[in-house]
Amino acid sequence: MNCEQLQETLVAYLDIKAKPSERRQVAAHLAECAACRVRAEQFRLLWGVLDELPMVPPSPAFDAAVRARVAQEPRRTSFWNWARPAPRLAFAAAALVVLSLWLSSSVPPARQQVATAQQGSEAEFRMIKDLPVLEDYDVLADFDALSDLSAPPQAGSQLEHPQM
Amino acid sequence: MARSDVQLMLDVKAGDDSSFELLLRKYRTPLVNFLYRMVRDSATAEDLAQEVFLRVYRARQDYAPSAKFTTWMFRIATNLALNSRRDGRYRQLEVSIDQPAELEDGPPAFEVPDRRPGIEHQLIARDRADRIRRAVESLPEKQRAAVLLHKYQEMDYDEIAGILQCSESALKSLLFRAYETLRVELAPLVETRRAESQPKAQSRRGEMRS
Repeated sequence: MNCEQLQETLVAYLDIKAKPSERRQVAAHLAECAACRVRAEQFRLLWGVLDELPMVPPSPAFDAAVRARVAQEPRRTSFWNWARPAPRLAFAAAALVVLSLWLSSSVPPARQQVATAQQGSEAEFRMIKDLPVLEDYDVLADFDALSDLSAPPQAGSQLEHPQM
Repeated sequence: MARSDVQLMLDVKAGDDSSFELLLRKYRTPLVNFLYRMVRDSATAEDLAQEVFLRVYRARQDYAPSAKFTTWMFRIATNLALNSRRDGRYRQLEVSIDQPAELEDGPPAFEVPDRRPGIEHQLIARDRADRIRRAVESLPEKQRAAVLLHKYQEMDYDEIAGILQCSESALKSLLFRAYETLRVELAPLVETRRAESQPKAQSRRGEMRS
């Protein structure tokens, strides 16, 4: 490495950001070149000097000025914004859903409805099973149970037993 | 956990203006200082810094995190600074190394306080700061931008090269030329610093021997 080639690598060397191979080459050159060695040392000192430059704070009105300019910007709406419900509409829809759920919970549960339907079908089955007996007139004619029924109450004949 | 700049910008894109406020607070001082050194006028620097933030905000919908946020923001700032001077819209100052200070009235804002008492030291410190400012502001625009981003924003070479749109090797040569100019211009200050650092080093060596 010569003095001219050092120009591209000296800053990175002093920053400790040079590649290892570059670093070795710079170190070797500095060891044999007094002028570049002095320059490298003065670069280090210069960076310390540059630190003396004070920072300048923005004026107190700076933030407000930025905010005012930003506030004047039009709020661009996205193409998909039409799909987003307005807050009031979204609240109304949510309230409607909650109300519907609450109302549905107050009716009998579906399990009870199924049980009622099962009981009805069993009674119907028993009636169908007994249908031949119920339609047999011979059986019905001798059906003693019917004779035990009391006649409708009539005036003056309350002590008589009806004869079938 | 603090959100990264990219995340903050993505949140701004999603409609969160409070994230933009965080970016504003984080970068207003570095940005104003960078632009101040670039255009050499505090009012112009603030005007341009506002414009940078406005452009960042305007670009939120199209923002894609392809580069570092600071690279993108300082590229906008650099282009604005270079264009403003080329357009001649703003006051162009021909700065001489012997020109008296006119931009920084009053005591420097964030200067490290001098522990040594006395107004003499304050005057010396202020005079040194003026000379440094004029030397930096006398650099050609691209060299000045490179030094400001490297020395004061402490950015990496790839980031600075991205902002100035040049190769890393070209940037390193640019920085070398800039620091070489400053080394010559500020030779008395460098020498003072060397003289100040030597007794400390010697006393440290003396302490180690004893």
